[in-house]
Amino acid sequence: MTSTVKVEGNTIESLLRVDMMPHIWCAGCGIGPAVGCFIRAVGRAGLDPDKMALVSGIGCAGRVAGYVRLDSFHTTHGRALPFATGLKLGNPELNLVVFSGDGDLMAIGGNHLIHSARRNIDMTVICINNFNYGMTGGQLGPTTPLEARSTTSPYGNFEYPFNVPYLVAASGATYVARWTVLHTRQLERSIAEALTKPGFSFIEVLSPCPELYGRMNKQSKGLDTMHMYQERSIVKDGADPKDVAITSDGPIVVGKFVDIERPTFWDLCKLVLDRACEKKKQ
Amino acid sequence: MSEDGVLCGTFFMNGDVACAEGAISAGCRFFAGYPITPATEVAERMSERLPRVGGVYVQMEDEIASMNAVLGASWAGMKAMTATSGPGFSLMMENLGLGVMLETPCVLVNIQRAGPSTGLPTLVAQGDMMQARWGSHGSYEIIALVPSSPQEIFDLTIMAFNLSERYRVPVLVMSDEAVGHMSEKVVIPRIAPKKLVNRRRPDVAPERYLPYGPDRDLVPPMAIAGEGYRFHVTGLTHDERGYPVITDEAQDHLVRRLVDKIRLNRNNIVKYEEIAVEDAEVIVCAYGITARIANFAVQQARDEGIRAGLLRLITVWPFAEDRIRELAQQVKAFVVPEINYGQIVLEVERCAAGKASTLLVPHMGGGVHPPQTILKAIKEAVQ
Amino acid sequence: MKLWRTPFDQAEKAARPPRVLIDKERCKGCGYCVEFCPRGALEMSEELNSKGYTLATVADESKCLGCDLCDVLCPEFAIHVVSNDNES
Repeated sequence: MTSTVKVEGNTIESLLRVDMMPHIWCAGCGIGPAVGCFIRAVGRAGLDPDKMALVSGIGCAGRVAGYVRLDSFHTTHGRALPFATGLKLGNPELNLVVFSGDGDLMAIGGNHLIHSARRNIDMTVICINNFNYGMTGGQLGPTTPLEARSTTSPYGNFEYPFNVPYLVAASGATYVARWTVLHTRQLERSIAEALTKPGFSFIEVLSPCPELYGRMNKQSKGLDTMHMYQERSIVKDGADPKDVAITSDGPIVVGKFVDIERPTFWDLCKLVLDRACEKKKQ
Repeated sequence: MSEDGVLCGTFFMNGDVACAEGAISAGCRFFAGYPITPATEVAERMSERLPRVGGVYVQMEDEIASMNAVLGASWAGMKAMTATSGPGFSLMMENLGLGVMLETPCVLVNIQRAGPSTGLPTLVAQGDMMQARWGSHGSYEIIALVPSSPQEIFDLTIMAFNLSERYRVPVLVMSDEAVGHMSEKVVIPRIAPKKLVNRRRPDVAPERYLPYGPDRDLVPPMAIAGEGYRFHVTGLTHDERGYPVITDEAQDHLVRRLVDKIRLNRNNIVKYEEIAVEDAEVIVCAYGITARIANFAVQQARDEGIRAGLLRLITVWPFAEDRIRELAQQVKAFVVPEINYGQIVLEVERCAAGKASTLLVPHMGGGVHPPQTILKAIKEAVQ
Repeated sequence: MKLWRTPFDQAEKAARPPRVLIDKERCKGCGYCVEFCPRGALEMSEELNSKGYTLATVADESKCLGCDLCDVLCPEFAIHVVSNDNES
């Protein structure tokens, strides 16, 4: 039955800012399902929401901070990661999540992305990749596939896109995964793993963008993109990140690619400083 | 060293180092920065001292990251600071605006060098004074302090932290390479904790807390991350709940409050030093290293029988408008020496409103004014 | 499934299909729930909400398994699948 009944005690609603609903994302946008998976992952991982903080940048995915009921920060374009670094170093007890988009994290924020991964700061980064800049109307970005249309590539994109997992793994991230928003169960599990794993965890989430990227690239309904995920995605846990680049018509490799152990920024900080204090005593 | 890490005593110390020590005395325990001449020594001193006092030093990948890390650390509850010079100051502008919009207490130190662009990296100037006021986009108000000596940079860094916590606004310490790199006697006292200001915390339960619900002085109490307040803050125009509201009513309400919280409290913020102004017919208005030379020139003028006085600005922003307006009734002229091609002189001229004339004594940068140039200008102004 | 006799506690113990509640004002008619329901329990309706979106609705509640996929996949957080069983 269709109704307007709100359900009491629903765990999703307890972490949503229901006073801000309905949200601004388009019909069929994948950010909603990704946020739902994130909220359920928080429950699955048994985390205390009071000890969490969420930082986002600018863009459609950047609006996540405004809809999730955690201590949340909607910062400037590309700068969610350094802001989150300051938050984490200021209070290491915080469980930090950065939620942002492909343009925000990989273009203007690219430098901060590789350095945050290099430092292995303990945080979880969820990158919604819809292959364009949605909020500003559908311009090309660093993940737009070759020859794809956008409002700033009206003849087709002639730049190579990033292979996102490869870049992040090479920079030093200790957990790298990619899922589409159709892989809801796996995405939820992956986020729960990343939230509880120390170190820099990065999850790329492919999302439909029906009104912009989709409409300009023969996928004008969200369902078209979801069907594409069904046809072309293949789960390959443990795949080598260098082999998972997304092409216009090749397979879309999803899965958990990297899950390694490496001392975090704090671990190294303590190690080096303790050693220096020892030396001084001697 | 006292148990809270403050290095009490009397030292022969350079300005940059004194700035770092001032921050530590003020309770700063987070520094994020990027090396840039002539501010590098602040970062180096902090990298050495902070780990020993339970603080955090992190060298970020650029100045943009540094400014953001400082904001983040402040929202985690720490007193946080960064230090830079011209080129880095320009990079920090966007996120200085974020700090203003989120109402984040923090301190940004600019040890000014000659610009524009790469300019003279190792030499003094005072060319960023207007940028300090207007560098970020939009209408906002900021606080900027200008020290004239290593002792004063120590004292004003503490004052900067106090003001930033009190008014929930980033505060700038606009020093210069001459003060930053000169070494002088610095006395570091034991500071009573009650002399340090801490941000007002919320006194209601989380469900009733409004992140931007201001108290009567227009400054809202500040929650920090991790305490269960579940607040949301954004750089978008927002209402008292912190949620984005994209209307002109919300903009009017917010921008007025952000500006008025400084402007209407300016009598508690504006600070200056006056020497021999009571009977002055010409007043030299100067700041930073230039004020020390101006002081000497004023003494020389007095020795020659000219009734000259010195108004040394300690806060440059908010500007000492009321005092200039008052003095303009009394004097014939203001002489404004500065190491730029005319910035604060514009404010003096604006406030004098034609009642007294204004004479700029510029130096493009790279060195300081010889006192004779200021004395010559004083004589010219008196005619 | 055909049983050779009705269990004695059928009335009390039989699982009932969950209720699928769709929030009218949140639904934007994207069709994901309809498309991906493994039992075809949902369909697009003729009804519009106040914003003009065509709403999804439950076609046949008896088909619902309670797998929650519609709840999890809905981009608008508009669907809540609520268990109808006595023991829950």
